[in-house]
Amino acid sequence: MTPQVHQNKLLIDGREVTFSRERNLLEVCRKADIDIPTFCYHSHLSIYGACRLCLVEVEGLGIVTSCTTVPKPDMRVRTTSPEIREMRRVAVELLLASHDRDCPTCPKNATCKLQSIARRLGVREVRFKTTVQGMPLDKSSPAIERNPNRCILCGDCVRVCREIQSVGAIDFAFRGSKTVVAPALGRPLGASECVHCGQCAAVCPTGAIVPKSEIEEVWQALADPEKKVIAQIAPAVRVAIGEAFGLPSGTVATGQIAAALRRLGFVQVYDTSFAADLTVIEEGTEFLNRKQRGGNLPMFTSCCPAWVKFAEQYYPSLLGNLSSCRSPQQMFGSLAKATLPAALGIKPEQLVCVSIMPCTAKKFEARRPEFERDGIRDVDYVLTTQELIAMIEAQGFDLASLRPEPMDLPFGQKSGAGIIFGTSGGVAEAVLRYVLSKTYATDLARIEFQEVRGSEGTREATVEIGGAPIRIAVVHGLAQARRLAEKVIAGETSYDLVEVMACPMGCVGGAGQPVATRRNTLAKRAAALYDIDRCVEIHTPQQNPAIVECYRDVLKAPASPKAHELLHTHYVSRRRVIAEPLEIACPKEARIEVTVCVGTNCFLRGSRQLLDEIVRAVQARGWAEKVAVKGTFCFENCRKGPNVAVGKKLISEATADVVLQEIENQLPQKENRELAVR
Amino acid sequence: MAPCLCEATRTSDKVRFQQVCEILERFERNPNLLVPILQQVQQVYRYLPPEILEFVATSLNLPAAHVYGVATFYAHFTLEPKGKHLIKVCDGTACHVKGSTQILEALRQHLQLKDSANTTEDMQFTVETVSCLGACGLAPVVVIDDDVHGNLSPAQAVQLVDQTACEKEEEQ
Repeated sequence: MTPQVHQNKLLIDGREVTFSRERNLLEVCRKADIDIPTFCYHSHLSIYGACRLCLVEVEGLGIVTSCTTVPKPDMRVRTTSPEIREMRRVAVELLLASHDRDCPTCPKNATCKLQSIARRLGVREVRFKTTVQGMPLDKSSPAIERNPNRCILCGDCVRVCREIQSVGAIDFAFRGSKTVVAPALGRPLGASECVHCGQCAAVCPTGAIVPKSEIEEVWQALADPEKKVIAQIAPAVRVAIGEAFGLPSGTVATGQIAAALRRLGFVQVYDTSFAADLTVIEEGTEFLNRKQRGGNLPMFTSCCPAWVKFAEQYYPSLLGNLSSCRSPQQMFGSLAKATLPAALGIKPEQLVCVSIMPCTAKKFEARRPEFERDGIRDVDYVLTTQELIAMIEAQGFDLASLRPEPMDLPFGQKSGAGIIFGTSGGVAEAVLRYVLSKTYATDLARIEFQEVRGSEGTREATVEIGGAPIRIAVVHGLAQARRLAEKVIAGETSYDLVEVMACPMGCVGGAGQPVATRRNTLAKRAAALYDIDRCVEIHTPQQNPAIVECYRDVLKAPASPKAHELLHTHYVSRRRVIAEPLEIACPKEARIEVTVCVGTNCFLRGSRQLLDEIVRAVQARGWAEKVAVKGTFCFENCRKGPNVAVGKKLISEATADVVLQEIENQLPQKENRELAVR
Repeated sequence: MAPCLCEATRTSDKVRFQQVCEILERFERNPNLLVPILQQVQQVYRYLPPEILEFVATSLNLPAAHVYGVATFYAHFTLEPKGKHLIKVCDGTACHVKGSTQILEALRQHLQLKDSANTTEDMQFTVETVSCLGACGLAPVVVIDDDVHGNLSPAQAVQLVDQTACEKEEEQ
């Protein structure tokens, strides 16, 4: 029985509205279908109260910000009055005065919240002097571009990065009129711990943070007669793109996208869901192997590039738990580059692989050096859903009115398992289907696993397979992933499989998607993916004839050496920030540099004591003038900490004795060499 | 790391790093005590060097952007190396009316500070303005290191600065 929720009543603009658990008056107003304007309020973030637009008048309280006012029974609320309208207008005017109004050339033009609120509030002039200072743009990140001149300091990006993703790559710096949102120490975003999820861009009401565009590069490739440009379309794109062309959220536009891409000049149109089917088989096989042979469990999924970078930065000890499977995007890329040139009768360098993704982190993933062979990237360009929309608009046709076309074979064929990858819980469910059918060696009795579906930040389920329970956790949002990872490290959980997606609701809520304007947009997109799955004929990848063919002709068998070469990868511990080393004892005449890692992992393994010991011993042995001791923040070898470099030699799991021995070994050699030169 | 120019009185990097570690341990690496930690760290270096901020952030398990945000928010913190002696010229309303601008100009001229520089090239003096010291009855007010001087004329201020330099040298 569900507990009885007590319903209270209050009056909004003379109408009676019931409320129960709404956390503020703003939510109650929205429930009553009154869209109070706001920049800084997001239901999934903490309440900030900075933009001063959500003003309402409450009898007895006067004019208050509705986001910071708790609803009370019998409150009398007015959402508009001449005074409120004027105050909102002045607030927007002031914001506009400090905002670079380069609207026609701004990527957010026509989808900008600042524009739309200014229009709604009837702001027709800005009476204040502009204070835009012409601050430099930050284009250092492969996924996101920052233009601080367009920032209105609502803090949405700062909070989403810190609260939802627990990264905190950007924060407010300086104060008063000099306040800016910036990465640490004035460094560019590309040198920060940003995981490229792009949620900052998704919540930014202006064009201050936007996904990086690769449109020009793709136009050029399409125009090049030497090149054959192919596309892969991620599952989440098809259920969101229609929103930009007036179709309701959750409209499935797969066929229209295929038609649109062909009109743009793509020679072949394929489905990332095909590669997702491969991922299911490889990941399912890996999972069964780990389960049977006592490998690292829980096994974490590795499809989300933001999660992978996050794990590399913060949880080096869990990297062995990440599935070694590449993401579907990269599986597709390597398979396409390995097989398609021959199939299409072209040279490998003529093939250009473009992926259409709901994601900004995929841009970073495609540039990872391990996904490149002979200087050619497996995936050449990554376009977000938004970028594809822009290209279609530029070409001048309407996606909604195109006649649907099929995708090309063989990589256009998929099962329902590969489709549901686009929503949180989908990868876990797909792997479960595979594991279940492998265990029983029959076609499935059961296809849908409602246990892993839904929108809660962390979901848990136990599924009995072959008499053994398989414990699953599904998380979205990296803060949820962090909580879970901490528990795994502390040994407080006994999960077998953990699915992690960085974005809200998984890829349907990716930062490359059209900005979700309604609160149920993401749920509708997710539901549409499950609908596609329900309606396709095959639900497991091993039934997909194109997959069967691919294993027969190319890969031989799941987890075969060829499959490992093309479909699997490895992970590295990754430093969070690029910082200068700390000088601890650095004589001018130093001949040898000893660098001790003082980063988190090495600290936990006693690097601080080690550093002390080294400094003391260097002095005691009379090397103080010859040896420089420095502290650094990461050697990207966290699993084997503490790490110490003596000259160019890296010593892992270092002890003072080993380090001092190495210094001794290097000292006379260097001196001898110098003597020889003289 | 920025070179320390006062080689004679220089505390070695080793000792200073040791001190930072001690501060962190004294505060039990509690991220809620970031401000007092930064205050003490700044006492060690006389400013907050970027790589030390990074180290503090790593040690407290805080995002470096957050630590940077706090360090740039408070006027008390500085990310630029400061001189051995800190001269604060009050430019609050009362001091401003009583001629703090002339004092500031006289000091800057005397110390040969050009353009936007606030610290002398020999790293001996840093001159900055503060908004109010709460000693308006003594306006105009200048604080040199930790000593408050009131009712100053530009010439007296210059004289005080010279005295400070001599006295401190004698002490050493």
